[in-house]
Amino acid sequence: MAFTIKVNGNTHEVDVDSDTPLLWVLRDVLGMTGTKFGCGIAQCGACTVHIDGNPVRSCLLAVGLIGNRAVTTIEGIGATPAGVKVQNAWLDLEVIQCGYCQSGQIMSAAALLANNPHPDDSDIDATMAGNICRCGTYVRIREAIKRAAGEA
Amino acid sequence: MRVLENLPLAPSRRALIKGGMAGGFVLAFRLPLRAAPVNELEQPLDDTAGQFAPDAFIRIDHTGKTTLVMPQVEMGQGVYTAIPQILADELDADIAKVALEHAPPNDKVYGNPLFGIQATGNSNSIRAFWKPLRIAGATARAMLVRAAAEQWQVDPASCSASNGTVTHAASGRILAYGDLVEEAGRLPVPPPPPLKDPKDFVLIGKPVKRLDTPAKSNGSVVYGIDTMLPGMKFATLAASPVFGGKVKHVDDGAAKTVPGVRQVVVLDDVVAVIGDHMWAAKKGLDALVITWDEGPHAQVSSAEIWEDLRGASKKDGAVAKSVGDIAKGLSQGQKVDGEYELPFLAHAPMEPMNCTVRLMPGACEIWTGTQVMTRVQQTAAKAAGVPLDKVTVHNHLLGGGFGRRLEADMVDSAVRIAKHVDAPIKVVWTREEDIQHDIYRPVYRDVISATLSGGKIAAWKYRVTGSSIMARWFPAGFQNGIDIDAVDSAVDIPYDIPNLQVEYVRAEPPAVPTGFWRGVGPNNNVFAIECFMDELARKAGADPIAFRRGMLGSTPRLQAALDLVAEKSGWGGPLPPRTGRGVSVQPSFASFIATVVEAQVDHRGEVQLRKVTSVVDTGIAVNPDIIVAQLQGGLIFGLTAALFGEITIEKGRVRQSNFHDYRMLRIDEVPPIEVHVVKSGADPGGIGETGCTAGPPALRNAIYAATGVALRRLPIDRAALAVGHKV
Repeated sequence: MAFTIKVNGNTHEVDVDSDTPLLWVLRDVLGMTGTKFGCGIAQCGACTVHIDGNPVRSCLLAVGLIGNRAVTTIEGIGATPAGVKVQNAWLDLEVIQCGYCQSGQIMSAAALLANNPHPDDSDIDATMAGNICRCGTYVRIREAIKRAAGEA
Repeated sequence: MRVLENLPLAPSRRALIKGGMAGGFVLAFRLPLRAAPVNELEQPLDDTAGQFAPDAFIRIDHTGKTTLVMPQVEMGQGVYTAIPQILADELDADIAKVALEHAPPNDKVYGNPLFGIQATGNSNSIRAFWKPLRIAGATARAMLVRAAAEQWQVDPASCSASNGTVTHAASGRILAYGDLVEEAGRLPVPPPPPLKDPKDFVLIGKPVKRLDTPAKSNGSVVYGIDTMLPGMKFATLAASPVFGGKVKHVDDGAAKTVPGVRQVVVLDDVVAVIGDHMWAAKKGLDALVITWDEGPHAQVSSAEIWEDLRGASKKDGAVAKSVGDIAKGLSQGQKVDGEYELPFLAHAPMEPMNCTVRLMPGACEIWTGTQVMTRVQQTAAKAAGVPLDKVTVHNHLLGGGFGRRLEADMVDSAVRIAKHVDAPIKVVWTREEDIQHDIYRPVYRDVISATLSGGKIAAWKYRVTGSSIMARWFPAGFQNGIDIDAVDSAVDIPYDIPNLQVEYVRAEPPAVPTGFWRGVGPNNNVFAIECFMDELARKAGADPIAFRRGMLGSTPRLQAALDLVAEKSGWGGPLPPRTGRGVSVQPSFASFIATVVEAQVDHRGEVQLRKVTSVVDTGIAVNPDIIVAQLQGGLIFGLTAALFGEITIEKGRVRQSNFHDYRMLRIDEVPPIEVHVVKSGADPGGIGETGCTAGPPALRNAIYAATGVALRRLPIDRAALAVGHKV
């Protein structure tokens, strides 16, 4: 089946089954590998993208359900005000280690800041608890979100 | 080609040899300063024509672009910044003009001097390469200076180098390295020049920005799993759920009707589905009806494994270290016994196992992320049935290693599958396959007996029982019945104890494959030692820090770290009910670390982390910010295991399968973590694994302080900590 999806402002036509998760459409069909596969069951958040600005786990989002809504991925998040702030704060504070989960972390943090420009610790916990980092960069993620919010 | 023979031995190995492990372990120390004639069996080095390439690590072209070849792999621990800092400092290069390249597989040129092969592990990259890289950088700098001096017809000693240029101060002349490439390339390699005085370091010791992270912040980084090739197909696989089982029958009727499924490959031990994308492959795999011949391990259970291990731990072991008179020492004073047990653990790096293979007539090309380049090459050559020199390996940044990528099993199966497919394939394991077919941190049992006399330890007998990973992975490390990794921090015990014996009993679990896991042997040793120290302190009626401090006289760096952590953690200050502070100290990986964890235990036995404070003396801190990050992350990695980590076996299968039942700490469970880096002039120690080792005993001792319950197994048993629990 053919679907038209809009990713980072570009329109793509893809021919896959309607139940194909967006994650595999992005990675394997469109070759946009910035979005990561971590668990396949929405436990780790590595595959987080935005659908109309809201963070979504793309490993469980069937491509057939997206319709006209705008998909934003790590490759495009730097074009948004919150996204670029988060990316800069991540580098300023050297959050990143192996980096594999960080696409998802940055996408979750950018959505948090876009919807709540001054999150407190409990807001950060509530939003970011869905993203696992095996390198244990959480302490710096917390600092970097505050830095990006202009508070630290 | 030069051979360096005087690299310092890691302390643990030195202690072992001192402790009487005669004739066993010989480390291969060699590091060529000029790219050796390439062995015909190994992947050729890239062409360096037109560049100044004085050794295997440095290439400068006429624009001044300085390419540094990375002999160790980057898996988050920061070597792709620390190694360039060391090289560029002695080279006096302009760090802004530095580009990095992954080294090709070549043990002779890029072998880790402490392993003798090209491997990244045991937190020893900086220890192994500290001196050789400084010499490599300084030698290249000397050649560039000489080239400039000859051109100016002045004494090289009157010239100086900095930031990618050579200057003759007296005449005000200056030349960029790029302009000296040709001249310098014609000079003979001189004997190693003097190295910089540490006070002249420009990059070493500074929190230089990581070189690998910009690409990791915008999706442009390419891990092995991101490999895309023209015409490539996507594959996922299933091995027998029971360890060692074989394929008996596969009904692929339904799988072949899944849109996008191209092929089903049935091997002796593995079934794979090939598709147009991962989703097709995965749906196809789920649609297969596979009957397995489960083999001899179908009834293996955790209960049986523990029973065997406990039995084995009653035997006398091979003596790894002996000091004083242990029998006499144990017969006098107040006797205390302790037994500690650690579970199987999976690695679960965020990037699941994967390998991309392109087979051509007589040749094989591999894309993956590995800690063992040459083993990947050897494994692929064997599986593909092609000569070693016909295997090209493209390494990548690793999405986590933690020891899992010290193995090449994912390469072996991928190549064997690829032999049946008429296209390049990328094999990606599901997370379930990754958890259920890991090569696990072994179960360990530690039995310690000690005597107390006058508030100090008079005798200490420590028997380690568990799998020998060395026997399989690095046989030189298993000699005379002793696995040097399994007893590493047991023989390096930092306390002054007059009568001491360390023993090792090898006990291999049936069926379950075992391998290195972040923190390796020291995780187990330090946990047992530091838990038992708290029990001894309590028996002696002493404060845990004061008790330790009195026996650290011959390890002053650790004593100083302990003093500082007591101050920084607020040790002894008031705490709410059921809240405690616990301490641990360790000399492991040649770094001296003291850690305090503060934790609270609620009435149900749930544990909340409140604060972690760590003091680290790792010698010269090449990049202090990366050291802090490694401690923070390592502590979380270790505390995750202490709180949740356990792989259990039932009917020969791993019961856990994904992050819902193999739990990870999340941001809302992580407390503030404060790390203090001590200034030191000693050679650098290891860092990547140290936090992982430090966290669990400090947490357990905090729980002991909070509740009085002396836990002796991991993970934390909440039921035993609940109010009103009856032992």
